[in-house]
Parts: sequence; structure tokens; C-alpha cells
Amino acid sequence: MTQRLLLSVADLRTHFAMPDGTVVRAVDGIGFDLHEGETLCIVGESGSGKSVAARSILQIVDLPGRIVGGRILLHRYESGAATPRQVVDIAQLGRTGPAIRAVRCHDISMIFQEPMSSLSPVHNCGDQIAEAVRLSDPRVGKRAAHTRAVELLGLMQLRSPDLIAKQFPFELSGGMQQRVMIAMALAGNPRILIADEPTTALDVTTQAEILKLIAGLQRQLGLGVIFITHDMGVVANVADTVAVMNKGKIVETNRLRTLFDAPQHPYTRMLLASTLRLESPSPNKTTGAPVATGIAPAEPLLSLRDITKVFGNRQGWLDRVGHQVRAVDGVSFDVGAHENLGIVGESGSGKSTVARCILGLHRLTSGSILYRTELAQTIELSGHRRFAGDPIVRDIRMVFQDPYSSLNPRMSVGQIVAEPLLLNDGLRGGALRERVAELLVLVGLEPRMMERYPHAFSGGQRQRIVIARAIALKPRLVIADEATSALDVSLRAQMLDLLLDLQQQLGLSYILITHDISTIRYFCDRVIVMHNGKVVEQGTTRAVLDAPREPYTQRLIASVPRPDPTMRL
Amino acid sequence: MSDDAAPQVALDPATPRLRGDFGETPMRLMLRKLRRHRLARISGVILMFLYGIAIFADVIAPADPNTLNARFTYAPPQTLYLFDGWTLDPHVKGYIVTVDEVAMKRTFTPDPDTQIAVRLFPATAPYLLWGLIPLRHRLIGPVDQRQPFFLLGADRLGRDMLSRLVHGSRISLSIGLSGVALSLLVGVVIGGISGYVGGRTDMVIQRVIEFIWSLPQIPLWLGLAAAVPRDWTSLQAYFVVTIILALLGWTELARAVRGRVMALKGEDFVAAAWLDGAGSQRIILRHIVPSFASHIIAVATLAIPGMILAETTLSFLGLGLQAPVVSWGVLLRDAQNIRTLASAPWLLAPGVAVIVAVLTLNFLGDGLRDAADPYD
Amino acid sequence: MGGRANRPPDHSCFSFESNSMLYFLIRRILAMLLTFWAVSFVAFLIMELPPGDFASTRVSEMSAAGVRVDPEMAARLRELFRLDEPVLVRYWSWFTRLVQGDFGYSLAFNMPVRDLIAAQLPNTLLVDGVTLLFMWVVAIPIGIYSAVRQYSLGDYAATILGFVGVAVPNFLLALLLMWLFYTQFGVVLGGLHSQEFADDRLSWPALRDLANHLWPPVLVAGAAGMAALIRVMRANLLDELRKPYVTTARAKGMREWRLILRYPVRIAMNPIVSSIGWVLPSLISSATIVAIVMNMPTLGPLLLNSLMVQDMFLAGGVLMVMAMLTLVGTLLSDILLYWLDPRIRISGR
Repeated sequence: MTQRLLLSVADLRTHFAMPDGTVVRAVDGIGFDLHEGETLCIVGESGSGKSVAARSILQIVDLPGRIVGGRILLHRYESGAATPRQVVDIAQLGRTGPAIRAVRCHDISMIFQEPMSSLSPVHNCGDQIAEAVRLSDPRVGKRAAHTRAVELLGLMQLRSPDLIAKQFPFELSGGMQQRVMIAMALAGNPRILIADEPTTALDVTTQAEILKLIAGLQRQLGLGVIFITHDMGVVANVADTVAVMNKGKIVETNRLRTLFDAPQHPYTRMLLASTLRLESPSPNKTTGAPVATGIAPAEPLLSLRDITKVFGNRQGWLDRVGHQVRAVDGVSFDVGAHENLGIVGESGSGKSTVARCILGLHRLTSGSILYRTELAQTIELSGHRRFAGDPIVRDIRMVFQDPYSSLNPRMSVGQIVAEPLLLNDGLRGGALRERVAELLVLVGLEPRMMERYPHAFSGGQRQRIVIARAIALKPRLVIADEATSALDVSLRAQMLDLLLDLQQQLGLSYILITHDISTIRYFCDRVIVMHNGKVVEQGTTRAVLDAPREPYTQRLIASVPRPDPTMRL
Repeated sequence: MSDDAAPQVALDPATPRLRGDFGETPMRLMLRKLRRHRLARISGVILMFLYGIAIFADVIAPADPNTLNARFTYAPPQTLYLFDGWTLDPHVKGYIVTVDEVAMKRTFTPDPDTQIAVRLFPATAPYLLWGLIPLRHRLIGPVDQRQPFFLLGADRLGRDMLSRLVHGSRISLSIGLSGVALSLLVGVVIGGISGYVGGRTDMVIQRVIEFIWSLPQIPLWLGLAAAVPRDWTSLQAYFVVTIILALLGWTELARAVRGRVMALKGEDFVAAAWLDGAGSQRIILRHIVPSFASHIIAVATLAIPGMILAETTLSFLGLGLQAPVVSWGVLLRDAQNIRTLASAPWLLAPGVAVIVAVLTLNFLGDGLRDAADPYD
Repeated sequence: MGGRANRPPDHSCFSFESNSMLYFLIRRILAMLLTFWAVSFVAFLIMELPPGDFASTRVSEMSAAGVRVDPEMAARLRELFRLDEPVLVRYWSWFTRLVQGDFGYSLAFNMPVRDLIAAQLPNTLLVDGVTLLFMWVVAIPIGIYSAVRQYSLGDYAATILGFVGVAVPNFLLALLLMWLFYTQFGVVLGGLHSQEFADDRLSWPALRDLANHLWPPVLVAGAAGMAALIRVMRANLLDELRKPYVTTARAKGMREWRLILRYPVRIAMNPIVSSIGWVLPSLISSATIVAIVMNMPTLGPLLLNSLMVQDMFLAGGVLMVMAMLTLVGTLLSDILLYWLDPRIRISGR
């Protein structure tokens, strides 16, 4: 199959000259080829430079970034011709000027990660697409451009495209916004589409749809696609060729199957290993065998009965009636001792709200949450007033999602971890310091780090500090709300292993809130699937993930891209 | 391999990382950022200088600000010479006075023959520093105290402009501070309550603030200042003016505080503190306040110039502070007449002082704000 | 990594635009009227502050200050404005008359307050309006240039201009300007019209004369506001320029300046437009001071004079008119913002 060569990149280098004099070599000598109809996946973790590489191709790297060397050869063809009529080196074109604009209008288009902020908030969708149409062909009149815009939206498999054209981006869902972006990108009939993490910000089910859409468009239009991602599952589903990037360099390039079956470079191997690790239950789990039916453990630690939380039912005078949202709608489940329960759902499913209700951060609209203390007392958590020294404060703790905002930047690490100890155990001075040191060691940090402040640590380290704070009071139940979502995949398994390790040592139970199926598979014994505030299905991990009964769960599981090229969506 | 060991290098150029910020406390980090801001540093030094002058005004001023000298009305500034030939002999030239009987004007020209020796710490008439400490020397002045010494000229009553300027700094600069202090007190409390409690209280307070903002300020000041009875003592007038300034200025601080508190309240670390068992008081004092303190200091610093300008304006218009109180605004009142100004431009000197004070405060406040901000 | 998508579209927000516009307008006008009423309390408080009641004490004080007062007028006023009655009644009578257009009587000028204000109002509107326009027309392009060419020479110049503009008090700038012109050109700046055009206001020479008189106060009054506007525009635009939609527009192949004007500038303007409401009070304030220094026949000097001689009806009347101007301005800016920003239009907030 002789597909024509569209783009040839060689020794591309993009450097950032920082104000303090250092030079950040974001892209440090990469090269690859892209052919018609081919999808090249550039995969790497955060900081690898993959996004900068993509932007370099279109010369839209943010200042102070500059392409300092290398070639980006774009091959332009007459239709049907086998040899290019023109080869343009984009690296020489500069950031502005008619030449690079011609490339952007006619040859290469790009779609971005956050469709909401990548579309103009004050122009409607139709206008934005029409503008792209007219940029590529100035002879087209306004009305004709608008018609073409609606046509393109139709191509995106959107129902009522003319209605969507009149709407503004903030009125649409993430998936629809991304379709608008794609329509806009295709307005100029480009030969190459660069997709910079287009589905990272979307729900799993939406992601599956968009991936299918892109694949379909590629086939239909014969595009060359460069797909940037960090998710090996996505790679397995879309790529023909894979280039693995790390620290500004491409460490390995190969056909998809070859890469997955026989990775050459140690970094690739590590990446694959981390991802595949999460594809099956953790070997470190020693938690109790799940009950056969998987519904109600014998003597539950925590019982939620029919809880409901409605937001926004207060009306201000002179304001319109508040918009009511049933974030949680009649949810019931139990959590047993020494058990890992996972709550999985997409955005808006209410899973985070459930966690916050358990912790008392939100007040329930109705329902009850019962907690069994160590002394077999039952306490109603809804409306419970917390105070220092309260067994509830000790027993139920939280690990937050964002390691940046959950640590007070003005307190030292030691002070942060000491806070619960200070308030509840009344520790002071030497005893306090000792305990803090103990906890830091327990989570894999050095005790001398307690003098430092959060800004000095990386994301992974900060997450450990958050965990140290959570286990400080020897709790019985820890709720981890998307605790690993902000981390790279290589860190994720480490963090989950740490949590399991602590579970063994301290006899904890966990409620893990996440949107990521593989985390559930790795970590949890039982799982609850939520959608639109309701519990859709619950059961053992195995049962729910391998043999889901409800249609929503089935769709959810089926949408997850597995890092296995043989199991495409 | 993921960088678990070292802070990530930010590849987003919009947030360049500072080097070596490992073990620093937030305060030291902020001070270091501030020091890099050259303009703020220079401004800080100049301000310390200005406030030093204000505090030690009694000593620094060559003469008493209210001493009349009818012989030297509108005398022009004398140049200070440091050398006489080759010898170090600081002096100023005396005046040749010509009186025009018809136009009723005095004209002064420097007399090259009279030299009035000028020294540091000359013996002067006894006075009280801060009304407490009896002293007999001032910073600089003529050896023979009966000789005219007008480095910045004299006003229409023959009073030394430099001395008046120096004393004026005391009132003008301090009223800025006291006005802001009062505003801060009111603003932080109200803004804090509004932000922390939220709900209906917040809404009511917001409406009140919006209402106050929508009023044209100066007309209201004029109204309030005009209501100050003329027979009040200068101290009482000072307090009332401070209160008036603060009354209309607290809203901006309250808004800033409210915004900050609301943002912080929603932060995860505040929720974490609550989950740790901390009560409202501890959360506010230990967790929220340190986080916004630096920002509020920046906002407060930026509010001082507004107060200084306001007082100057009011006094210039004849409202608020009156003679014999000496403030820069009161001094500028003498410069109202264009024709007088044309022949005695040194009357505008207080204006320069105001500009310098306001500029330096603005630069410093900007520097503080930049230093406090990117951190959070 | 792992961010979240938005909720599915809520089709109920297809509200009819005309309806929600009307609803919005009604709400805002009601709020405005309420505020106006509240302002009247403050104005009345100021009117009542000077010690002693209106008529007799005022009369004697004003005669002492050298102003001629008609004693019969004073007696009638006491009756008319119920000056012997308790505070609330006084307030109510003043307020009810105010909204009907009767602002009271000025003893200093011996005229109904309404006539005095009516004479100065057009001038005030003219000067304030031109100042506002000037501020915008000059400040916004400078702000845009400053942000786009950050750290360039032009940017530094604009920043310094901004700082200085804020630091120099209005009246000082006015004085400096007047002093400069007097010493260099022998011209006394000030006033709005020359004597010779008193009768012939609309002829070309008269208009040219008007322009000649207009630019000093406009320049001075606008200086500080302009400086602040430049800084705000620059800061807003810098924020917006970093946002992803700018990159998208660039990737579409738009010309650099065109995309800057069409997208980030458009969005950076929103907070500025909505701030007209807040700029107006400060503009009226600074215009007042400048007008006083430069002897402009506008409301500012009228207010000051009335306060000096404690001609309280006049003072109260002028205050209310100024407040009204401010409130109307705020309303207009809200309407403008509503029209400009679809996010507000559609969610109705």
C-alpha cells in the first residue's frame, strides 16, 4: 500500500528561553513521518513535550518558545498525483505571515484538549465555523459559509445541526463542543489533522464516541492524523504507528502491534507495564473475600439509606427561581470493615457529592447515614456536629483529589500533618514531632521534609503528604476522592499500592471515588456504578466489570479503551 | 521516569519557576520576589525616608512652620552653595530687597556679597520634639538664626516653605495611614463576615456596598467635610476627616477581603482543616487569614495614596483641615491664584511631595501585590 | 488529565430573548429607583448636618457672609417646607417635592434651585460626556497596544503614563496646566465660553471657541481615569491573550491583529464596559474638582459654593442630580453589558 507521504519531521528542536536565563528544551530533536490515512500516536506523560511538538508543527507555540532547529516538511499534492508539487519547510516559515497562514487554512488543522476554553465564548458555533470556511476560501459569501458550517456539523453526526449553529459553546456539552471544534478544523479541507489530547477532558462514553467519529472521518476523507495522548488505552484503539516521547525526545517509534508485543526502550516498557498493571486486581490486596451476593456485608461499617441531596432550592428575592439540581437521588449502599468499595461514574453522576455528604461537607436533603463505631455504637452522620476529639472525626478521613489545593501553602508539611494530631490527640512538642516523623516515613517520605513547604514538592509527593494527614488519627474508613486522577499512570499504581499497604498495616476500609475503570479493577473489592445521582448497579468488582447487567454499565465498560490492540472499541 | 524526587520543571512558560525554592517559608519567598522588583525596592527606601522626615519633622525643618516674617513675603528660594572658592563653607546668599511702592510688591534678588553661613545642627530657639522632648538644635540652618534661610522660598506671610512642607508631611502621610487603618478594620470585619458566612448576610452587605459605590464620592465628601464646624480644634478636625475618608474607602477593602475569603473558603485545605476537627475560629485565624494577609497588605498599601489624595483635595478646597494645621493640601491652597503662582512657582512644592508619595506607594503596593499573588 | 466534561445541554434555556430582556430591564430599573430613594436619605442627612435649622439661622449667617437675603422669602419657605416640624416630615416634604421637580429654593442666588441646576446641567453633561469619550478613545488603543507588545518601549511608556496619571492629583494637574499656559502664553485657562459668544451659541466660531475651552478640563479630568483604564485594559487583555481560544484562532489561520481584535479584545472589553457604571461616579467626582479649579459653569462648583455658604437646598438638589446621573449611567452600562455578553443574556443572571 503506497500511501503518500504527507509530513516529514526531522530533528525538530523547540526551546523556551526563560526570563531567569535557563533554557527549557521542551522538544529536543524528534523526527517522524506521517502518511495519508495513517494515524500516528505520540504518547508520553506530562512534561514529555508532546503538546509542544504538536504546536510546533503549526508554529503556534506560546512565547517564549521558539523552533530552534530541524525540519518540518509538508508535502502538497495535486489530487491523484503520486509526487508532491511542493514541499514546504514549516520550520522556516516563522510564526506569522501569509505562508504559515496558508498552511493553517488549507493543509493542517488542529483540535485541542479543552473544547470549552478553546472556543470563543461570545460567538456562536455557526459563526466560528463559518469564519474558518471563509478563511480557507475568501470568495465564499457569508450565507454560503453558514450553510457549509451547518453541513459540517451534520457530518459530525449531530442531530439538528442548524440549531447547534445558533448556540454558544457554553450551552453545549463537552462532547458536542468537541464536535464543533472538529467541524471547524475540517472547514478548510485539510490533509492533516492534529489532535492534542482531544478526549482527555471528556467522559469515557463521550470519549468513545469522539474516537469513533475521528476514525470514521479519517477513513472518509483520507486524512493523516497525529494523535497526542497520555493514555495507552487510547493509543491501542486509534494508532497505526506509535511514537513514545520522554523529556523532549522520541525514545521509540514502531507499528502498533510491534510496540505492544515487543517494546524495545526501557521507558516504553515501563509505561506499558504501569498501564497493564492496572488491568487486573492488585496482587497486594489482602482484604477479605467479598460476600457471595456482593451486596450487603454482614455487619457494615457504614450504611447509606436512601440519601438525597438537592442543590439550589433557595430563591433570592429579585432573582429568578434557583435552578434545582438533584445531585444525589435516593442512593443506598453499605461499606464493610476491611473492604475496598469503589464508586464509579462519569461527571455529574453524583459520586463526589456522596463522598462529601458522608463527611458532612454537604447537608443531606433527606435520608440517613449510619456509622458503626468500634464500640458497636451506631451514630447518625447526617446533621452530626463535628468537634475536636469526636470519634467521627478520627474514624472517617478524606484524601482529596487535587494535591495542590488541599495543602495550605502557608503551612509547613509538618504543621499540616500535625494539625489533626494537635486538635484530637492533644499532642505537643517532642511527641508531636515524633508522630509526624513516623507518619511521613509510613508514606514514603523523609522526616526532615516536615520543615518544608508544599510548593517545594512534586504532585506525587504532595499526594503522599495528603495521605499522611489522612491516616494520622488511625482511622477506620478513608474516602479517597479521585485521589490518583491527577497523577501520571506510572505514579498511579505506586500510590494505590501505598494505600493498600497502609490498609494492611492499619486495618482500614476505603471508599474510592473515581471515573477510571482500571483503578477500580486494580483496587476495589466491590463497586457501585452511579449515573445521574442514582445507583445503577452494584456488586463485586469482577461481577460488575466483567459481566455488567445494566445497559448503562455495559455501555460504560464497553467504552473504556483497553491497552490491547486486539480489543478495539 | 516520573519526577517523584524533584519539583517539576514547568513547561508552561506562563508560570516560570523560581530557582532553589526548596526550604523557604512563604514569607521569605515573598520577600525575595519583592526584592527582585527593583521599582518596589527603591520606592520602599524612598518611603522610609519620607516617613522618617514626617516623624522627625520638628528637627528636620529649619524653622517653625508658623513663624511669620513680613519682610520676606514671597521670597524666592535660596541656592545652597557648598564651597566658597576652595574651602568647604556651606552658605546661602542673602537678599537684596527692592520695594515697588506703586505696585505694592517686593522683589528679591540674591545678593552676591552677603553670605549666610549654613551648618548642620545649629543652635536654634528651644522647641519640643513631639511636644515632649525639649531640644535646642535643628538639623540644618543658618548659624545666625536671625538671617533669612529659605531653601524653598517663602509664602505670602513670609513663612519658610521647606519647614511647612516638612511639617505638612506629618499630617498628610499619617492621615493616609490612619484612614487606611480604619478602613482596614471596618473592611476586614465586614468583608470577612460577608465572605465567610455567605448567604443572605452576604447579599445584604453586597447591596450596601454597591449602593455606596454608586454614589459620586467627591460630592459626598464635600458635603460631609463642609459639615465640620469651623470652630473645632485641629485634632478633632483631623479625626473627623480620617473618619470621612475611611467611611467611603472601606468598601474597596471589604470587597477585596470578601472575594479572597470566599475563594479560600472553597479551597480543599479549608475543608481538610474542618475535617481535622478545627472550629470556625481556628479555621479563620490559622488557615484563612495567613493566606490572605499578604494580599490584603498589598491592597491596603494601594489604598493609602487614595487617602492622601483625598485629604489633599479636601484641604485644597478649603474643607476639612484648616490653617493653622499644616498639610500639603492646606499649603497648596495658597497656590490657587494663577497670577500669584506665576510669580512664585515654588508654592507648588507640596504638589511635588504629594506626587512622590503617591507614586512610591503605588509602586510599592504593586510590588507587594505581585509578590503575594502568583504564590496562591 | 482526568478533567470533567460539562453537563448535557438544558434545552429549557431556549428562552425568548425579548421577554427576558424586558424582565431584566424591569428588575434593574426597580433597583435603580430603590437606590435613588436610599441616596435621598444620605443627601438629606448632609442637608441637615450644619447646625441650626434652615431659615432664621441661615438667613442671619448668610447676611453675615455678605449675601443679601429677602426675609419675606425666608418666612414663606419656613411655611412651605414645614421647617418647624419634625425631621421625618421635613424629609418627606422635601423628597416628595423633589420627585415632582421642585428642588427647593436657593437663598444665596434668590432663585428656585431647579432653574440653577437646569442652567448648569447641559454644560455638565457636555463636559462629562466628552471626557468619558476621550478617556475611552485614547486609553483603549493604548491599553491594547501595551498588552500585545508587552515589555516594548511603548508598553513602558504607557505604564509610566499610567502611573503618573494616577499619582498626580486632579487639581494639581489643572493648576500646572493653567500655570504653564499663563506663563508661556499669557492665557488664562478656564470657563466654558468667551464673552463674545454669549448670545450666539451654535455658530461655527462659537463652537470652535467651545472646543478651545473644552479641552483643558477634559484632559485633566480624564487623565486619572484614562491612566486607570489603560492599566485595566492591559491587565485584562494580558489574561485573555493567554487563553486557549486565542491559540485556536491562530491555528485557524487568522491574521494576528485581526484575531486579537476579534477575540481577546472583545472579551477583555466586557469587564471594562460593565465598569462604566463604577467609572461614572469617579468621573463626576474628578470633573467636579477640575471644574472648581478651572471655573467651569457646571454642577461641581455650584455644589461647592452651596456647601461653603450652607445653602442647603441647593446642595441637596445638586447631590441628587449627580446621584441620578450616576445611576442612569450604571443602568446604561448594565444594558450594554447585557447586550454584549451572551453568557449573561442567556443565563439571565
